Amino acid sequence: MPKLNIKDLEEIRKKVRKAALLREGISNAKITVHMGTCGIAAGARPIMNALIKIVEESGRDDVIVTTSGCAGLCSREPMATVELKGETPVKYGDLTEDKIKKIFSEHVLKGKIVEEYALVIGSEREP
Amino acid sequence: MAYRTHLMVCTGTACVSCGAFNIKKLLEEEIKKQKLDKEILVVGTGCQGFCAQGPIVVVQPDDIFYQLLSPEDIPFLVEEHFLKGRPVKKMMYTPPGEKIQIPTVSEIGFFSKQRLIALRNKGLIDAEKIDDYIGRDGYNALIKVLTSMSSEDIIKEIKNSGLRGRGGGGFPTGLKWDICKNSKGEPKYIICNADEGDPGAYMDRSIVESDPHAVIEGMLIGAKAIGAQQGFVYIRTEYPLAIHRLEVAIEQAQEYGLLGKDILGKGFDFDLEIKQGAGAFVCGEETSLIHSIEGISPEPSQRPPFPAESGLWGKPTNINNVETWANVPRIILRGADWFAGIGTEKSKGTKVFSLVGKINNTGLVEVPMGITLKEIIYDIGGGVPGGKKFKGVQIGGPSGGVVPASLIDLPVDYEKLTEVGSMMGSGGMVVVDEDTCMVDLARYFLEFTSDESCGKCASCREGSSAMLEILTRITEGKGKEGDIEFLEELGYAIKDASQCGLGQTLPNPVLSTIDNFRDEYEAHIKNKKCPAHVCKALISFHIDPDKCTGCTVCAIKCPADAISGNRKEPHIIDQDKCIKCGICYTVCKFDSVKVE
Ligand SMILES: Cc1cc2nc3c(=O)[nH]c(=O)nc-3n(C[C@H](O)[C@H](O)[C@H](O)COP(=O)(O)O)c2cc1C
Ligand code: SF4
Ligand code: SF4
Ligand code: SF4
Ligand code: FES
Ligand code: FES
Repeated sequence: MPKLNIKDLEEIRKKVRKAALLREGISNAKITVHMGTCGIAAGARPIMNALIKIVEESGRDDVIVTTSGCAGLCSREPMATVELKGETPVKYGDLTEDKIKKIFSEHVLKGKIVEEYALVIGSEREP
Repeated sequence: MAYRTHLMVCTGTACVSCGAFNIKKLLEEEIKKQKLDKEILVVGTGCQGFCAQGPIVVVQPDDIFYQLLSPEDIPFLVEEHFLKGRPVKKMMYTPPGEKIQIPTVSEIGFFSKQRLIALRNKGLIDAEKIDDYIGRDGYNALIKVLTSMSSEDIIKEIKNSGLRGRGGGGFPTGLKWDICKNSKGEPKYIICNADEGDPGAYMDRSIVESDPHAVIEGMLIGAKAIGAQQGFVYIRTEYPLAIHRLEVAIEQAQEYGLLGKDILGKGFDFDLEIKQGAGAFVCGEETSLIHSIEGISPEPSQRPPFPAESGLWGKPTNINNVETWANVPRIILRGADWFAGIGTEKSKGTKVFSLVGKINNTGLVEVPMGITLKEIIYDIGGGVPGGKKFKGVQIGGPSGGVVPASLIDLPVDYEKLTEVGSMMGSGGMVVVDEDTCMVDLARYFLEFTSDESCGKCASCREGSSAMLEILTRITEGKGKEGDIEFLEELGYAIKDASQCGLGQTLPNPVLSTIDNFRDEYEAHIKNKKCPAHVCKALISFHIDPDKCTGCTVCAIKCPADAISGNRKEPHIIDQDKCIKCGICYTVCKFDSVKVE
């Protein structure tokens, strides 16, 4: 490793910033992929992998990808929930890699809900 | 490759001693087995502060806190949470006396009342990866001072922040730097004091283990301000993990050109060397420490001259504590006003304390100056275990004083603690409850300090053994009228006549317990009783004949064969045979054994 100048140091910081923000839980968008048994069976894993790649390629370092358990809607798996900071979560169902790509570029990047794939807007409440 | 989840496994000294490295290895294996190794990263961090709950894993970004993990837990945890996304309740933290688990770090009282500056990277970085530090604003303050601040600017900023030494004395750091900078003599040296000789204290170890670069960056900034090109970290040999992480950090900083010649291409030179300490408590005293680095017998010497004027090899030397150094980059980056906005009038910023003794949540906490003892002990520490009564807290290391329960609303800062006969010291807090005998406690600390006296001053050497002898006598039931007054007289005399801080403070535990718990001393001396039932010579065990069911358990367990009685009839203890081991008291299920 050659000695750094200030610019090199800033480059390194940029590169590792995402990991740092993630550890602090700082984000502007959170995408949750539902990984219940049926979710996994319906192909949630490839969706997850594709999503991680899309986020990385976008260069956005303030998007968190996480998993949760069963969402209670086995017939519509794979599913994911997108939650922009300060906005209501939106659940998407019957996902494919193309669909998640579109959801990312429209909803996450531009803030436009992709209504054609959306199942629920807002979270179900406990009675 | 980007990971969606980071598992922050504590690999501080305490957690490592309960198997953290194994937990980390198992997590990595299980994650690989579930084919999650491209999504989930396992990171080893320094001490996260909640050492009693180790091994600890924090899941980020979800902020979920898993504790007391055992190797058997790991496969289930990985499958449930990291594959299926269902956090595992039974591995979470349940506050003492409650039934419901608290999932996230930010909801756990132990963490939520803390305010992190010196420990801001704790649990968030791998201490052995310089890039992790850089990603959290690391070396940004260095860039700032190298590109836009003169040495006067830096000193002014540190002065305005109100930062004071965290190693015990509380001397204003900016002023100290200024004196050293203006002292005649070249070269100048700076030292980081990581000797940490207080028994039970480990805040400095923890900072070095979890964030060594913060200390290095602080020293770089100090060196630039003072005009030093060589620094030393004096660290005790008993801290192998901290030494290792510091070595790795120095190496990485050298590789990046953050230590060495022409740092960041800005024409500034500075390098660091580690010196391992000889282990004696007095080696932490600055003049003694300097002697130790010079390779001569580590005895304190008369001040003045202060090290800032004539220190290492007679050259101007600035010495600061680990925690003091770790605060510096944040002050430079966020500004003096930000730092000065935290704390009280004369004590700014935060202080790291190690919370031990009779308290539910033992561990390491960083709190704003001015926080009350009550908040520390109850909100963060979770109170005294077993429903016992809180009696006081001994603050400041072996020569600190005891603050009694009646002063629980005391705001914690340098001045307030000194006012009540205690001191900030390096930040050790030992909580004591009704079962602690204050005479015995004072005796315990005196035993330590008199043993550690270097012997140079008669007052400290002879005075401490005289005090210890009297205290021992009192706890053995041989106290005499006038002992208390003599202890007081002796205490003040030692404080006045001793040369270094050790002698000047070692009477504190005695004087403060006499001040606040005089009746306990009197009970020992006049009534030959130990109210806390600790001093063996002053207690006796008796069986209450009305309560004893004659179950014979105590008689069977008594190691001295001191208990006799027929089955189903009240038993009796032969006081001549009894060795006061307390076993009968513990084993009796009917609460029939009484201590007096
Ligand atoms: C007996 C004795 C032991 C000391 N041990 C330590 C120690 O372990 N660590 C420390 O930082 N300061 C210790 N000090 C205080 C140092 O002498 C010195 O004041 C301090 O390192 C200065 O740094 P600061 O201004 O940043 O607090 C000790 C002082 C005395 C009298
Ligand atoms: S006060 Fe005690 S420890 Fe300090 S120099 Fe004197 S004898 Fe040594
Ligand atoms: S254990 Fe208790 S109840 Fe049983 S014989 Fe001893 S004192 Fe009596
Ligand atoms: S205190 Fe110990 S030695 Fe004494 S009677 Fe009880 S069990 Fe026996
Ligand atoms: S397991 Fe997927 S909805 Fe139930
Ligand atoms: S060593 Fe793990 S929490 Fe302190």
